[in-house]
Amino acid sequence: MAGIDWNFIWEGFLQTMEMVVVSTIFAYIVGLPLGVILSVSKKGGLAPNRVLYNILAFVVNVSRSIPFLIFLVVLIPLTRLIVGTSIGTEATIVPLTFGAIPIVARMVEASLEEVGNGIVEAALALGAKKREVVVNFILPEAFPSLLQGAAINFVTILGYSAMAGFIGGGGLGAIAYQHGFIRYKTDILMVTVIILVVIVWAGQELGLKLASRARHS
Amino acid sequence: MSDKRLDDDVIFKLENVTKVFEGDNKVVALDNVSLQINRGDIYGIIGMSGAGKSTLVRTLNRLEDVSEGAVLFEGRDLKSLNKSELRNVRQGIGMIFQGFNLLNQRTVDKNIKTALKIADVPKSEHDKIVDKMLKIVGLEDKKYAYPAQLSGGQKQRVAIARALSTNPKVILCDEATSALDPNITAEILDLLKRINSEFKVTIIIITHEMSVVEAICDKVAVLNGGRIVENGPVKELFVNPKSEITRRLVYPESVALNSFDSEGRKCLRLVFDGTEASHPIIAELAAKKGVTVSILNANTKSIGGVGFGQMVVALPNDVNEAKVAVEYFKEAGVFAEEIEELDDSKDAISA
Repeated sequence: MAGIDWNFIWEGFLQTMEMVVVSTIFAYIVGLPLGVILSVSKKGGLAPNRVLYNILAFVVNVSRSIPFLIFLVVLIPLTRLIVGTSIGTEATIVPLTFGAIPIVARMVEASLEEVGNGIVEAALALGAKKREVVVNFILPEAFPSLLQGAAINFVTILGYSAMAGFIGGGGLGAIAYQHGFIRYKTDILMVTVIILVVIVWAGQELGLKLASRARHS
Repeated sequence: MSDKRLDDDVIFKLENVTKVFEGDNKVVALDNVSLQINRGDIYGIIGMSGAGKSTLVRTLNRLEDVSEGAVLFEGRDLKSLNKSELRNVRQGIGMIFQGFNLLNQRTVDKNIKTALKIADVPKSEHDKIVDKMLKIVGLEDKKYAYPAQLSGGQKQRVAIARALSTNPKVILCDEATSALDPNITAEILDLLKRINSEFKVTIIIITHEMSVVEAICDKVAVLNGGRIVENGPVKELFVNPKSEITRRLVYPESVALNSFDSEGRKCLRLVFDGTEASHPIIAELAAKKGVTVSILNANTKSIGGVGFGQMVVALPNDVNEAKVAVEYFKEAGVFAEEIEELDDSKDAISA
């Protein structure tokens, strides 16, 4: 263990956190509205729109079934366009975000599905606009479930970020692969893996705790 | 009431309303329903499950569009309203549900305030209104409680407070007491009755329980298979239920009439409407006319303080004696109908 450069590891940790947190936020900025639209436009939803739903569902399903590694490679030109480079922490945020959007959208959609139709009916009977039904009734009711979903998504994105190490992304995943795995430094491999496990565990616990604190039923 | 004119004012009018749910199994939920509900009424709509009650109540605030016909609220056809007009109308029509449909992640306070926000009530008035509503429903101490911390009856009180907070003209109750036990049901019905009399809010109650109708409704419509089989004052329904379905709802205990008598005797169903109940009619028949009838089933209820009841008696086999008995009941002013061959689905004959 003596040969481990802890500053190097710490830097990797910060890079991982940056990638995962920023990607999660970006993924929710797009994925949350997308999930709401999916839930609202589906058959039996608040504002059914078959064409819109089918198109969105198709895009989400296709992008979700593409393995993330392929996503990483395919998105390189787009990443270059946005960030200017396809290597490094910032560059990894682009494919991470795009890979996470459909996952977030489906998770949000599932959370909103949990809100009973009765709430929607009560809201409409009160004279609420459709936007008000979503903002004042459906989202608050789904909030604990949304938090829980966010914790799960955070962990998924963390896993993806480790994969990004393969194509020159930064972070703990890259350290584990390039330094630990390829150069046979078992101690570095072990340390990075342990840190990743701790992040997953902490993220999961924090998410669940927040969700259960927010849940009043 | 002093304002008779207002009393006669029609708040809801349904004209030949038909609702068809299209799909693989086409369902006619409402079949040519016409109905008039007056301002200030406590109007019951009763039927077995699947009769179309919930669909009917949902046409009243256009949660459900009608396929044919028209629903008029204060003379305006709901179909003719644009989105914002419809929302305004809905704000004048409160609704409470069997499942309460409260925001479970919000306090009682926020539940009511959400309704006020939707109705664009100025924020400065919110607290005052919430406190007033909670006082009306008797939950002042639960302002900051979450629905999960409340009992079923308390949840329904919150729902009533929410419905009442925007000052509606009507409150629609969709099986609002069906999930509650009998004494809680009675409390909720009392509250609705009080709201009706104190705030002049028209109340429309959808239920499958005759006891609910008995307890508070002035008028009632019986729905069966999407059609209104009869409607009118509640008392009339008890005195003279015209249809089999009503009889089953009014006197559920006497459903299996043909099990009473296996000897094939003719039976009479006698109905007491409160004026003769104290009068020992059966005993007098025996004493004065020397005719005895056997009582097969008896059932009395108190509706609005007046005793109502029905009795099923088997007539003597002797045709003349039977005639004497029928004549006697007629003279005594008791509504009686013959249940031929013990089949109570046959048309009534008035004795």
